[in-house]
This record gives sequence, C-alpha cells and structure tokens, in this order.
Amino acid sequence: MAGEATKAIDKSLLWGGGRSPFSVSYGKMMMWFFLVSDALTFSGLLVAYGYARQAYLGAWPIGEQVFHALPGLTGNFPLIYVALMTFILIISSVTMVLAVEAGHRMDKKGVTKWLAYTIVGGIIFLGSQAWEWSHFIHGSAGYIITDTNAQYFLVEEVPHGKTAFDVEGFSLIANMGEENESIISGDKATSLFNDRINYVQGANMTINEYGPPQYGNFFFFITGFHGFHVFTGVLINIIVFIGVRKGIYEKRGHYEMVEKTGLYWHFIDLVWVFVFTFFYLI
Amino acid sequence: MNRDDLIVNDSYSVNARHDESHGKQIRKKIYFVTILLSAITTVEVGLGIFIKQGTDFWPVVKWSFVVMTLIKAGYIVLVFMHLGDERKSLRYVVLLPYAIFILYLLFIGVTESSHLNDVWREFQP
Repeated sequence: MAGEATKAIDKSLLWGGGRSPFSVSYGKMMMWFFLVSDALTFSGLLVAYGYARQAYLGAWPIGEQVFHALPGLTGNFPLIYVALMTFILIISSVTMVLAVEAGHRMDKKGVTKWLAYTIVGGIIFLGSQAWEWSHFIHGSAGYIITDTNAQYFLVEEVPHGKTAFDVEGFSLIANMGEENESIISGDKATSLFNDRINYVQGANMTINEYGPPQYGNFFFFITGFHGFHVFTGVLINIIVFIGVRKGIYEKRGHYEMVEKTGLYWHFIDLVWVFVFTFFYLI
Repeated sequence: MNRDDLIVNDSYSVNARHDESHGKQIRKKIYFVTILLSAITTVEVGLGIFIKQGTDFWPVVKWSFVVMTLIKAGYIVLVFMHLGDERKSLRYVVLLPYAIFILYLLFIGVTESSHLNDVWREFQP
C-alpha cells in the first residue's frame, strides 16, 4: 500500500515551505505546548492539595472562615476580597483579548490602549495578592498551646516583644467553639500565657493558626506559584507593549506576538479560576 | 481525504487580516463571554457566602461549583484563547492529556486520601 511516505511531496509543501502542523506558526504551537506542560504542573499541585484536604477532612480550614477581611475595614466579609481579585483578573483577561482582536485589524492604537489596561490590571492583582499574603501571615489574635496540649484562644493579641502584663484586661477563651466555651481572665490567664509551650499567630512554613501545617504550605506554594506567573506575565506584557509602541509588529506585518503573550495571560486567568474554586470556595 | 495541514484560509494564521465588520462580530462575542464569566463568578461567591459547608445543600453546591468552574474554563480556553477556532488536531493535542491523566490522577488521589482520612479519624487523640 503506497502511503504518504512513498509519495513524492513537492518541496513547497514541507515545513518552511508553507506547510505546518496544526496550521499554526511555530511560536504559537510551542506556546501551546508550554501551556499544556504548565497546566499539568498546576493540575498536579491542585490534586495534591485536594489529597491533603481530603485526608485531613474535619480539621481542614474552610476558605470563607480564613479569608474574610478587607483592607482598612473591620468586620466579617467572607470571600469578598478574593472575589474582587477574581474580577480584576477576568477583566484584565478581557482587555487582553481585545488587544489581540485589535492586533488582527492592525489597529496599533487599539493594541496599545488595551495592552496598557491589561498591564495595570495585572499590577493591581499582584498588589492585592501581596496584601492577602501579609494578612495571612500576620493572622488574628492567635492561640496558645499549653503543656497539656490544650488550646486557649487570645481575645486580644500580645504584640511581638511584649508580655501578657502589657495587655490591659488580658483574657483567654477556653474550649473555643464548643458548648462549654468560657472566658478566663486575671492572674489565671496571664499565668497560662506565661507557661505556654507555643504561641501560634498567623502562618509560617511550619505552623499556622488556621489548620494543619500543610494548609499554610499549600497556600504559599499554589498562590505563590500563580503569583509568580502573574509577575512574569506582567513583565512579558510590558516588553511586548514597548514593542508595540516602537512599531516593531507594525513593521513585521502582524501582531502575532500579542496573541502569543495573550495565550499566556489567559492561561494565568484560567489557573486562577481553578485556584479560586478549589482553594477558596470548596 | 482532505489534507488539513495545508494553510489554505485560516482566520487565525499569521497573515490573516480581520476587517472592521469581522472585528465587530468578534468583540460582540467577547462582551458576551465577559458578562457570562462575571455572572457565574457572582453566583459562585453568593453561594459560597450563604450556603455553609456541612448543611444539607452543601453537596449540591459543591458539585455546582465544579460544573460552573468547568464552564468558565471552557469559555476561557475556547473563546479567549480561541482554541475553538483552531484545527481539530491542535484541540485534541491540547485537551486530551487532561482527559486522560488528570481525571485518573484525581481518581487515585481521592480514593487514597479518603482511605487515609478513615485511618486518621480512628487514631486521632
């Protein structure tokens, strides 16, 4: 059976002569291949997160109880801040796709405008994430662990370098969240605090006040890895923006570079959609 | 059989030009997807705030989160990254790895960790 292999193909049909696998340019195909591998990395991370969450079901913290603060405001606003971050990223994704669309019409002004909005959106998102990390690391008033392995939650935090005597009306909450929840104050509270083995406040790589240590680790790694993608995305967008301003792509005759960075930027939005659902909502 | 690896007339190839009316059509689609994504996110956040975990409704809400996320992801990949406009072969190369590997990874991950949770509950102090 004479197949393709034995058939003489005109040279102009080979790659470099107008023939291309999937009918896309080399750069775009490689961007897709990179995104496939990167998406598999993120999938692995999220599945690992799901594994830990399911294994510690019962002790694992719930997103809306951990993330309920807004900058500059006191009170309980579950998920509002994360939702805001999601909207920022979705809108910057939309401005990116509008930049790509303008590129197809060779509209240099349009590309410049929409790409600038995209960069601004990315920077706002990075700033929001910095605030969220800071809030997560500092935490609330925290709790102490005694030598009998009991937990007492602080009503008011003891600032770093200070003692319980420095806090006016220092008191602790025993049996937090249970029926016999009670408040301890006065000398008993201060002596409990002074005899503690650990004072857990906020989060670090070994312990956190929200739940199992893995919770903090996954938060730092998954949102950090995503944040690093946003950071590089903003950088690449700035480089392409300079290229657009200089008219490099205008001269080249097509704006495919905007399309390729656009793919990367949409991918970042795509990952955030999954992180938002599986880390914060479920 | 038609060969589909020849660049004949591809609206997203390097030298494709979109005229103003074509652009208008694409922008209309973009705005539609924007509204859809925002609406789904709003619904998700609303459900997340008002339905508490562990209530009777929670399992339904949890699975609706998964479905809504997949709808959002589908629109982002097929419209924003316009994979929907690419050749069928590229679509399969990009999407099939997930259908095969990640679904399987999810399955073994959930099975194994559920068992681990049973053991953990038993030996908890």
